[in-house]
Amino acid sequence: MVDKDEIFGKVKECLAEALGVEEDDVKLDASLTGDLGAESIDFLDIVFRLEKTFNIKIPRGDLFPENILASPEFVKDGKLTPQGVEELKRRMPHADLTGFEKSPNVAELPNLFTVNMIVKYVEQKVKSPSASK
Amino acid sequence: MRWIFVDRFVTLEKGRYAKAVKNVSMGEEHLHDHFPSYPVMPNSLIIEALAQTGGLLAGHSTDFREKVILAKIERAEFFRMVTPGDQMVLEVRIVENREEGCKVIGEVSVNGTRVASATLMFVNLSSNQAKGWKAENFVFTKEFLALLGVTRLNGSWQVNGLKESREGKPAL
Repeated sequence: MVDKDEIFGKVKECLAEALGVEEDDVKLDASLTGDLGAESIDFLDIVFRLEKTFNIKIPRGDLFPENILASPEFVKDGKLTPQGVEELKRRMPHADLTGFEKSPNVAELPNLFTVNMIVKYVEQKVKSPSASK
Repeated sequence: MRWIFVDRFVTLEKGRYAKAVKNVSMGEEHLHDHFPSYPVMPNSLIIEALAQTGGLLAGHSTDFREKVILAKIERAEFFRMVTPGDQMVLEVRIVENREEGCKVIGEVSVNGTRVASATLMFVNLSSNQAKGWKAENFVFTKEFLALLGVTRLNGSWQVNGLKESREGKPAL
């Protein structure tokens, strides 16, 4: 049975290599784009490495949802609508949305992609590989 | 006309491996300035040659439906200089492949000696937020494909005159 520390250790390695940062900078609460300088192309690299390292399959959009903001009912005036927040919760069950919910600015969406979110996703995937999300 | 840094494809295993060659010639004007009296193929253009070889392998794997573009150079190493008269042998292998894009390892050699190596990541524009891009494939234009001997025959894409599997001692 793989434990959280072991998963965190390997996730740190993946992120350090993908983003060109030191492993020590990869803290659990670090945001990929804000703190670690990730760009959209790096997300694909991260998915490749996670799949290989943990021998899991990450369906497209499972870890990094795409087109969340596509529907007008989800976004209004630069903020997510209540339906938008619900949709986000549905699509990112492993992210911590408590802070974001209070002020759901679209511009702050990328901050939800944290290292901890990835660790939780991998933990859940390693326990039940066939489950999606 | 774009800079085409591949002269001919030698081997193409769909979705897996390709080998191509590029001849370095004093006829290439950029060599006159790089450097004056000491022509050397710029390393960035060696990467470009690998990217074109890898990009075509990637594009061919989805029958050129996708606009494949080079997105990330993860690693690039250069071991020896490449000079006019050299024939670069470019070998690429797809190591990761998804709908969104793929990762390719490339090796370059001249006369059996390794001169460069790189790991490249490509994305498929069409399937990723392709808003605002033209509908037709501006990456794999008819011109580009024709120059490389790529044609459509009986419903499938072929690269003319090449072997479909490796021989001898490929680097990959």
